[in-house]
Amino acid sequence: MGKPSRRDFLKLIGTGGAALLAGVSGAGASEERQVDNQTVGMLYDATRCVGCKACMSACKRVNSDYGSLSYEKAKFDSDGLWDAPQDLSGSTRTLIKLFKESDANWSYVKYSCMHCQKPSCVSVCPVSAMTRDKATGIVDYNKDACIGCRYCQIACAFNIPKFQWDKAIPQIVKCDMCKNTNLIKKGITACAETCPVGAITYGKRKDLLAEANRRIKEHPGRYVDHIYGANEVGGANHLYLAAMQFDKLGLPILKTEAPAEFSEKIQHTIYKGFVAPVALYATLCFIAVKNMKGHGKEQKGTDEISEGGSEHDEP
Amino acid sequence: MKYLKGVANTMSHDEFQKHDAKILTPSFIVLLVLTLIGFVLVAVRFIKGIGAVTNMSDGYPWGIWITYDVATGTAIACGGYAMAILIYIRNHMHYHPMIRSAILTSMFGYGLAGFSVMVDVGRPWNAYNFFIPSKWQANSAMFEVALCVMAYTTVLALEFLPAILTTLEKTEWKTLQYILDRIYARMGKERPERIGDRLDRVKEVAAWIKPRLDKVLIFIIVLGITLPTMHQSSLGSLLLIASTKLHPLWHTGFLPLLFLINCMFIGYSIAILESIISCYAFKRPFETKELSGMASIIPWLTIIWLTVVVGDLAWRGQIGAALSFDFYSGFFLLEFCLVAGGSLLMFSGKKRESIRWLFVSAVLIVLGGALYRFNVYLIGFNPGKGWHYFPALAELLITVGIVAFEILGYQVIVKILPVLPKLHTRQQIDEDHGVTEKA
Repeated sequence: MGKPSRRDFLKLIGTGGAALLAGVSGAGASEERQVDNQTVGMLYDATRCVGCKACMSACKRVNSDYGSLSYEKAKFDSDGLWDAPQDLSGSTRTLIKLFKESDANWSYVKYSCMHCQKPSCVSVCPVSAMTRDKATGIVDYNKDACIGCRYCQIACAFNIPKFQWDKAIPQIVKCDMCKNTNLIKKGITACAETCPVGAITYGKRKDLLAEANRRIKEHPGRYVDHIYGANEVGGANHLYLAAMQFDKLGLPILKTEAPAEFSEKIQHTIYKGFVAPVALYATLCFIAVKNMKGHGKEQKGTDEISEGGSEHDEP
Repeated sequence: MKYLKGVANTMSHDEFQKHDAKILTPSFIVLLVLTLIGFVLVAVRFIKGIGAVTNMSDGYPWGIWITYDVATGTAIACGGYAMAILIYIRNHMHYHPMIRSAILTSMFGYGLAGFSVMVDVGRPWNAYNFFIPSKWQANSAMFEVALCVMAYTTVLALEFLPAILTTLEKTEWKTLQYILDRIYARMGKERPERIGDRLDRVKEVAAWIKPRLDKVLIFIIVLGITLPTMHQSSLGSLLLIASTKLHPLWHTGFLPLLFLINCMFIGYSIAILESIISCYAFKRPFETKELSGMASIIPWLTIIWLTVVVGDLAWRGQIGAALSFDFYSGFFLLEFCLVAGGSLLMFSGKKRESIRWLFVSAVLIVLGGALYRFNVYLIGFNPGKGWHYFPALAELLITVGIVAFEILGYQVIVKILPVLPKLHTRQQIDEDHGVTEKA
């Protein structure tokens, strides 16, 4: 191999690699992002929940048409009398589960979208089908934009977005805080409106946090001293209080940094102002045209090169 | 624009030739059957939903289609990218006769990766949103990958266009004339003159476009080097977000860099394999000298890659996890040893002269490099307790069908278009250098 050409090659690796390396090192520095406590959310208190699942049925009743939800039959129930979802699914946006460690030690838990302050699903959606409303903080899904790539499912640390695997015209299903249904009509989410024991509170994040802190203070020993969602993945608008460790309830232990901030920093550094790709293209054009020009001059260039190559290649 | 004349001169079209052989071979039939099975199952997927043919779930929303057809398939289709770097950037014009077949396989690889995505996504009819600026989402690595892959597939088609134009320019339309004559004879009519005129017009247009395309081709080719550099690294960026799901052995800020270098060494290795296999299958002399020259680049790329992998693991304190010999460590070590083993073989100048060793080491490196991508997209991906994934038979058959279609298309096209390096020039060079390789 000729020396100059190897240099050119290393130059290429350098140009591409430098951008990528810059991305990695840039990931260390942090941009300031403010948590907006004026946005709305919900507080779920597992110690108040009685597991009646009225929230589940209200959610499905209110959102079934708009959200393309259907009832899920249980195996034993051939008549389909009950809606019996096993987990969040393409037909179920919210779900109550029971975690039972022993007869004395158990807890209900509600699953639904966490409405993150810096949502991974919004960060990764290539066509802006997932959006976060600045004013309300609601993370919403638009099926008319969605291409169904399911990147949001890969990205969500809580495994919340669900896909309709059994439909020819599928969509992503997740809680949108009744943004297009109950919230417009009644100003409150269907689950919070229905809950008979006040386990679900709808309100501004600021008020919910204050309320959660008040409950922890007033009932020491009743709660684990942690508001789940307050700081996880950069803060969420769905908050939890419980008497048991949250990871036992199926809520993963997460860092306070939003995964989307890590990935976006790298992506932004590489593609900042689209400079690196343009520079790469320009450099490569320069090298390639120079090379081609050289060959144009020496018409018999190929012979020389093949001889030159053979010197190197012979053992 | 003076220098462009020189550019056009060197892009000679007489370095390539058609492979004269029958199209209907037994392997053609086998591949056709596999393709048809795959496409029938694709039809089932569109009628009954993705769940009907796959084992994908809400925990594993990306299965073998994304992992193999897209993430790995496009790396395997990087032969054209690697060859273009070698020829136009590293200035090794004597590899030029090998470029067309590399571009053809890349075109199939990327085109069918795009097709797989359309099968995989749930709402493909919304894909037009990629072209609507208000829907653009530059934070998403997927957005970057999608646009780049679409652009690159177009670029590949343009790069391949000269092969089609040359053929059109020289064609006598014999088959078409024959068919037309038969049709008109059956209809009992005289064949109108204007058809012949129109065919001549096509030839004229092809002859008009070709020199003009040749002039700008170098800028298209360089675009064809820039775009894969962008989207191959972004294929790594795709998994950056999954910090809680991807095993720490693979989740690192260096994912884009690792994916980029990975596609380069896979690209060179696959170009070597393609050349060996097609020479073997079409009973042509092996291009040993070119291949061993190319093989000398690979170990340098893999050394950089392996160094970044190990250095990054050490930096993040994951060396212990890599050597813990559990499930994840096993797959990591396998991937590592395949790449390292193949590179060690290629370091030896003597082994590079042997087609057999070239084949073995290139296979090891492609397997290792592909396993890395599987590890990142599937094996090292754990969405939490209770989720499992192994591809369903129908899911696998769709992938098999797509790969079969790829090989089928290559087989047919090299027989109707000038794609493979011209034999007599090759033999000439071989005789000049006294290379007589028979394996």
